Amino acid sequence: MNTKAVKEINCELVVVGGGPAGMAAAVAAYEDGLRDILILERDDNLGGILRQCIHNGFGLHRFGEELTGPEYAYRYEKMVRDYGIPFMTDTMVTGISKDRVVTAQNTKEGIFKIRAGAVILAMGCRERPKGALNIAGHRPAGIYTAGTAQKFVNMKGYMPGREVVILGSGDIGLIMARRMTLEGAKVKAVCELMPYSGGLARNIEQCLKDFDIPLMLSHTVVEIHGKDRLTGVTIGKVDENRRPIPETFEYIPCDTLLLSCGLIPENELTKDAGISLDRVTNGAIVDGDRETEIEGVFACGNVLHVHDLVDYVSEEASIAGHAAVRFIRHETSKTVNVQVKADGQIRYTVPQKLTEVAPTRVYFRVADVYRDKKVVVAVGDKVLYEKKKQKLAPGEMETVELTDKMIAEAAELGGVLEFKLV
Amino acid sequence: MKDVVIIGAGVIGGAVARELSKYKLDICILEKCADVAMGATRANSAIVHAGFDAKEGSLKAKLNVMGSEMMENYAHELGVKYKRNGSLVVGFSDEDKNTLEELRARGEANGVRGLRVISREEILKIEPSIGEGVTCALHAPTGAIICPYELCMATVGNAMDNGAELKLNFEVKAIEKIDGGYKVSSEKESVCARYVINCAGVYSDAVAKMAGDDSFTVIPRRGEYMLLDKECGSLVSHTIFRCPSKMGKGILVSPTVDGNLLLGPTAENIDDKEDKSTTAAGLAKVRMQANEQVAGINFGKIITSFTGLRSVGSTGDFIINEKDGFINCAGIESPGLSSAPAIGQYVRELIENSGEKLIKNESFNGARRPMHYFKECTEEEKNAIIAENPAYAHIICRCEMTSEGEIVEAIHTNPKPHDLDAIKRRTRSGMGRCQGGFCSPYVVEILARELGVDYVDITKFGGESYINIGKTKEV
Repeated sequence: MNTKAVKEINCELVVVGGGPAGMAAAVAAYEDGLRDILILERDDNLGGILRQCIHNGFGLHRFGEELTGPEYAYRYEKMVRDYGIPFMTDTMVTGISKDRVVTAQNTKEGIFKIRAGAVILAMGCRERPKGALNIAGHRPAGIYTAGTAQKFVNMKGYMPGREVVILGSGDIGLIMARRMTLEGAKVKAVCELMPYSGGLARNIEQCLKDFDIPLMLSHTVVEIHGKDRLTGVTIGKVDENRRPIPETFEYIPCDTLLLSCGLIPENELTKDAGISLDRVTNGAIVDGDRETEIEGVFACGNVLHVHDLVDYVSEEASIAGHAAVRFIRHETSKTVNVQVKADGQIRYTVPQKLTEVAPTRVYFRVADVYRDKKVVVAVGDKVLYEKKKQKLAPGEMETVELTDKMIAEAAELGGVLEFKLV
Repeated sequence: MKDVVIIGAGVIGGAVARELSKYKLDICILEKCADVAMGATRANSAIVHAGFDAKEGSLKAKLNVMGSEMMENYAHELGVKYKRNGSLVVGFSDEDKNTLEELRARGEANGVRGLRVISREEILKIEPSIGEGVTCALHAPTGAIICPYELCMATVGNAMDNGAELKLNFEVKAIEKIDGGYKVSSEKESVCARYVINCAGVYSDAVAKMAGDDSFTVIPRRGEYMLLDKECGSLVSHTIFRCPSKMGKGILVSPTVDGNLLLGPTAENIDDKEDKSTTAAGLAKVRMQANEQVAGINFGKIITSFTGLRSVGSTGDFIINEKDGFINCAGIESPGLSSAPAIGQYVRELIENSGEKLIKNESFNGARRPMHYFKECTEEEKNAIIAENPAYAHIICRCEMTSEGEIVEAIHTNPKPHDLDAIKRRTRSGMGRCQGGFCSPYVVEILARELGVDYVDITKFGGESYINIGKTKEV
């Protein structure tokens, strides 16, 4: 068989992914004076999943105004273009080694390798597919994840169906309930297995209530009907152990079932590189710099943990971008090793560990809906921080600002910082 | 008039077609679905059985052992992934151990080599993840795994490359005896042939009846499966069967040739020959038994579940016979896949024994390029292919890393695919952990472009399985 050599190049900073995280990370690095940057994007344009999110509600925190997804993406794309930050589209990264050699391919270069000074992982996330839900019944056409339906409708201009049931009340599902309604489809119900929605409160108001779409909490789809194309679903209420109650089963005729049952960070490359993942976030375990356990490899955005708002993705990505530049310039001083532990009511924190004595914003999510609770950060018995919260919900990310003092104290007092709800 | 019409393009129809295409015969394969491999072939345990299961002296036993011995070379020539991973039938009690000894004796009588009943200690050396309650096992080193639909696509494709014709969406409705042969008709068209070979799976009794043979019936037996992410594919290296008991044969836990982990099947006789639905009870049973056989299965990594229908014939054995040029290959339940190459030969012998003098097709080429050859290339080899055709660098399916070039090539390779699932079986695009979430809008686009049809006309698997109902603003 014929062969052709694999080209190798060098680059100080390789950013894997040109969505909101990757672009913000590259922009931050550029603004610190780094020029030898390369963004690798698998799609045909920068912007990532925002390109198909044509609804508004993006950018209130970051830009102080309400933008659509493509508008938000374009703000960053324009910065990338104006700064002249190099990027390659239609380029798939297929591997990352422990010593930061990135393997990628595109139609112009074929397969090539980049020896990177630092790597920022910003591959985003994907939706949980039907198979993973293990619903009984047939396997007809007409079952899509909400994001796939969004792609068909918003990017390709095709309608997946007329009569819709949505399983899961994640934000994309809520957004698609409204979108399908506006396109003339009838959304008959949104079923949510949990007793609360995993989506943002504002999306429940604006996408369901405003259109009289019923949100059926503690409900799930128990059977799929239809041999060729979907003809209907059986839904049912679930008990406190999330087991369906047969007496409540109800048949709903429909030709489309959309799934919005959670997002999974896309960490195949991360795992291949040998980086261990947090079992709760499904993203890498990182420190305040968003540096993974492999030196010089950083992660940010939805590949690290699923965010509720893109504004926080950008914020986190710029932390990673700045840190990558400090790493390249040997300016990092990692002097402590503090583990951040979540108590279970708090499901996870990012970062999971702290290695520098510097002000750090910690993001977290809770496991259930809680009212009138205190968020407490403590080392052993010593409370370093507490704040009352009227309401906490799994769908909304929360933050705590840690001061350098707190981190120094945590390091002195044993190195474990506990995040809990009391 | 054709020489041979084969009804059904499953793994048996394919094996027969491929064997007969070695001779100067005008062959036509009729398939009622929109693609080949749409019946039991696409949903079974993907196992090449060693041959200790079937009763001594049965056709099943003879063809299984023969097929199993042929399979490695057969698969290699056709470029089909095959792996001799060995199998373990695991037992949980002294009673099971006795059963395993009986199986071993039966296997030896059938001519299976290397069978041994081994202790838990020995099992742990070769399968550290074996279930806690397992006390003994029958080790069959000749057991193997293969991809059944890939084998079917390769045999049908190879037969076509050697001159056979495939008619898809041809549902046989009538068979009429005519002078010198038969007339086989769908609602729209007819094909006449001197020989008719009935490889119609669960419908083979209905097809036989059309030709006047009501000597047997076939019932569908539902088997439910779960498939786990490639992350779990190395949990076991052998195929882990369960010792048969009063409760039935039990399920298996097995790696697949593509690196996934397969669990199943249940066994339930049903009436509806189209009912490929999964059930909550069935999937729960698979889960329970799998957990007893193998420890540490991560059920959070299930990527899909599915049902296959085995063709259970009323005689208890394979029903393969010839009368007046009409040949049945019916009741081909397990070990049908293992026996397929041998069944192809057996049918050819039936034709010869009926007085037909077969003449070798001198231009026959039995080799076929592996469908996944590109994925197996080195980076340098891939770069040479990409330099010729850049589409091979354009990744469409990010989970399985399938390129546009591979998809386009599959669209133009026999047997040609027309729908999304057909692309999935050929290229693995959509077969991975996101189950087509990202790639399907692109695959639909490529299919529409290459086939010269409209975007909305592309289906998931033919028939009424439409993916989109029309353009936005127009529906």
